[in-house]
Amino acid sequence: MLLIFEQCLNGLQLGLLLFLVAAGLTLVFGIMDMVNLAHGSLYMIGAYFAASFVAWTGSFVAGAAFALGATLLVGMLMEVVAIRPLYGRDHLDHVLGTFGLILFFNELVRMVWGPAGLRVPLPDWLNTAVPILPGLQYPTYRIAIIVTALAVALLLYVLVMRTRIGMLIRAGASNREMAGALGVNIKLLYTLVFGLGAALAGLAGLMQAPILTVQIGMGENILILAFVVIIIGGIGSIRGAFIAAIMVGLLDTIGRAFLPDLLRLVMTSRGAATVAPALSSMMIYLVMAVVLVVRPQGLFPVANK
Amino acid sequence: MIGWLTPRNVVVAALLVFLILIPIYTAATGNPFLLTLFTRIVILAMAATSLNLILGYGGMVSFGHAVYLGIGGYAIGILAHEGLSSGFIQWPIAIAASALFALGVGALSLRTRGLYFIMITLAFAQLVYYFGVGLDRYGADDGMQLYQRSQFVDAISLSNRTLFYYLCLALLVASIYLVWRIVNSRFGLVIQGSRSNDRRMQAIGFPTYRYRLVCFVIAGTMCGLAGALLANHTEFVSPAMMHWTRSGDLIVMVVLGGMASTFGPLIGAIALMVLEESLPALIKLAAAPIVGEAATRVAEYWQIVLGPLFLLVVLFARGGINGLLESLERRRG
Amino acid sequence: MAEPLLRIEGLTKHFGGVVATDGVNLEVPPGELHAVIGPNGAGKTTLIGQLTGEVVSDAGRVRFAGEDITSQPVYRRSRRGLARSFQITSLFNDFTALDNVALAVQAHAGHSFRFWRDARREDELREPARAALARVGLAGRENTIVSSMSHGEHRQLEIAMTLATRPRMLLLDEPMAGMGPEESVRMIALLRELKRDLTILLIEHDMDAVFALADRISVLVYGQVIASGEPAAIRANEDVRKAYLGDQDDHG
Repeated sequence: MLLIFEQCLNGLQLGLLLFLVAAGLTLVFGIMDMVNLAHGSLYMIGAYFAASFVAWTGSFVAGAAFALGATLLVGMLMEVVAIRPLYGRDHLDHVLGTFGLILFFNELVRMVWGPAGLRVPLPDWLNTAVPILPGLQYPTYRIAIIVTALAVALLLYVLVMRTRIGMLIRAGASNREMAGALGVNIKLLYTLVFGLGAALAGLAGLMQAPILTVQIGMGENILILAFVVIIIGGIGSIRGAFIAAIMVGLLDTIGRAFLPDLLRLVMTSRGAATVAPALSSMMIYLVMAVVLVVRPQGLFPVANK
Repeated sequence: MIGWLTPRNVVVAALLVFLILIPIYTAATGNPFLLTLFTRIVILAMAATSLNLILGYGGMVSFGHAVYLGIGGYAIGILAHEGLSSGFIQWPIAIAASALFALGVGALSLRTRGLYFIMITLAFAQLVYYFGVGLDRYGADDGMQLYQRSQFVDAISLSNRTLFYYLCLALLVASIYLVWRIVNSRFGLVIQGSRSNDRRMQAIGFPTYRYRLVCFVIAGTMCGLAGALLANHTEFVSPAMMHWTRSGDLIVMVVLGGMASTFGPLIGAIALMVLEESLPALIKLAAAPIVGEAATRVAEYWQIVLGPLFLLVVLFARGGINGLLESLERRRG
Repeated sequence: MAEPLLRIEGLTKHFGGVVATDGVNLEVPPGELHAVIGPNGAGKTTLIGQLTGEVVSDAGRVRFAGEDITSQPVYRRSRRGLARSFQITSLFNDFTALDNVALAVQAHAGHSFRFWRDARREDELREPARAALARVGLAGRENTIVSSMSHGEHRQLEIAMTLATRPRMLLLDEPMAGMGPEESVRMIALLRELKRDLTILLIEHDMDAVFALADRISVLVYGQVIASGEPAAIRANEDVRKAYLGDQDDHG
């Protein structure tokens, strides 16, 4: 019972991180009609920056802050240099062009940080566990991730729904010409939105860094999951992304944890051990396929696009 | 006759002659490197040609096309592992497996368009990749060796590298010809029309889904055959063959060479190889005066040029190398 | 009384809280040119969408040649003989005019699972295409790439595409959109000629065209047909004047 609860928390944590990545992706797509495959690269860069800055400053928090800022800068630079020329082109061009960016960033990271994976050590005060239920100790750091991600999600909600900037963002999403005609500096708006997306991805990356090994290619794995989230949740919908991300996070985590046991009910122990890892990796894509068959526009599609 | 002497035709003819002569050069020098390299390129060019059918002509951006290389390859590998080395059994099964899988994936994916389609193909690629990784009996992550190449009749041994090369080259030329005939047929025009304006195609009375599905299956099958060839060539199969980044390589070949052009995929495959071989040397040359001895190490990161180069091609040379060659012709004419 | 070729009964569509079409009733007997007019936002686009199958109706029926086509997919309606032209030109831009129209011919010339023969050399496809192009006045422009044709020629090509499918009825969505005076006159002449052997539902803003061509007119306002009848009656109708015609000059 406790095990299930712990896995649920892990699933929630993964889901929230996925939401951060997916939110950035869906914002950029919803507002600029831009498919950015290199979004995963920003996630990766956030993690690498964290590794370096934490080591350099000796403080986890300071390092994380610097990493976030640096990723934001890289994101905005990417937008100005490489993304702007792609606006207005068809999605195929976006995919191809940003694919080139993936190649570039993977090599850049390899050049600057080397091909080996990096580790980001947690400071002592985070490397603890707290008893959240009688008999269940849960890592403080993971709780910190959950809290931070929820806070950011809330901020995002407030930003998009309640502020003038959010209004501009939504206006830009629903009617680009009007927003431009009203004198809103579309170029600047786009750069800022892209930067926001980059920051979200970078934040997810740097938060995840101490838990996983920081390595080249980590961006692509999370990117695909983020796209699955967006497809399940409906492209352009932040609310859909949130719900779908939690779903995917829970499904993936709990699936991986309990699939071997479930399989053992129907096949031999050895068979279960062989099949389980592959099946758990495959599971989320199977779910996506089912969603697509049943509801091609996603679970919470944005009505007008 | 003079009309045929366009820059593009000259380049293509030269490439074809070059490809035909490779084994002769190899026999003369005794160095098998070029033969091995170009066998691989020819096979990948065939895979790229099949991708061009759906991507270039059909507008279906599949990030999961390399999966068929894997399906074809694993069909050979698995059957060989289980003792069935006859090519007469292996190859039809490889082809049938690829066709069936393409039918299944296509039936689901083609209900979607645009970004959704791209992402689904990517997700299906991951699905198959992880499935391959889970195949413990057949090498899982590490892959599996082929003890024997596909056996046909005693007179034809695929272990004869020259014979195998010409077989691959023949199949490549056949594929290019087949794709050329298909895209100009009624079927091909439906596919191209659907890429250009699917909404209009429906409005004039075409049930485009079924045509695009058949096209998808044809492309997957052709790539599956390339996979069978690849497995025979490397005498090795592994899930890495199917990773979505391999699909990315194929996409680069198609775009670099020139989408929706007959010889674009072949040109792209060769161009990519040329880049891979020459960029390090070029960078070393350029960097040497600046960083001296470190130039060799700098040249190791040649791939960093590939990404931005590809972006530039997408932005400014959308028609790829084939497009550039054709625009040369227009300027002269 | 002959069965109407097109019968629209109670056609309704909501988008969220907005009612686009609200119980639209309309009948078009064979051989008639029926115009639908109304201010912007009246629901004309939605109506066309529902007739062609691109928009799924919430309620109501569409009967074409006696057959209920309400839930039929887009391509099947075209196969039944209901052809549609687009308000915003929707062609195959990288292909020639002849290629474009030949594709429309091909859609109605059996199945297209033919993989070998060069379709551009099939006379049974090219000849009717040439005929359609000639009929709309584009003879001689066959081998021009669509993207380098003028706007007026695009509008003509739109009509040619519909003709090539050998339809029983045309749904023309603002064929005069964006045309200058000379081109408009030519288009009106073309439509008058087509009227002779085709039934036409014409959505238009250009009042000159509407009153010159229409046998009957329906006026759509806020998703409802507020008046339907012969042109003279419509012109005199008080409601119509207030809602629409009173504020109209030439173009909508």
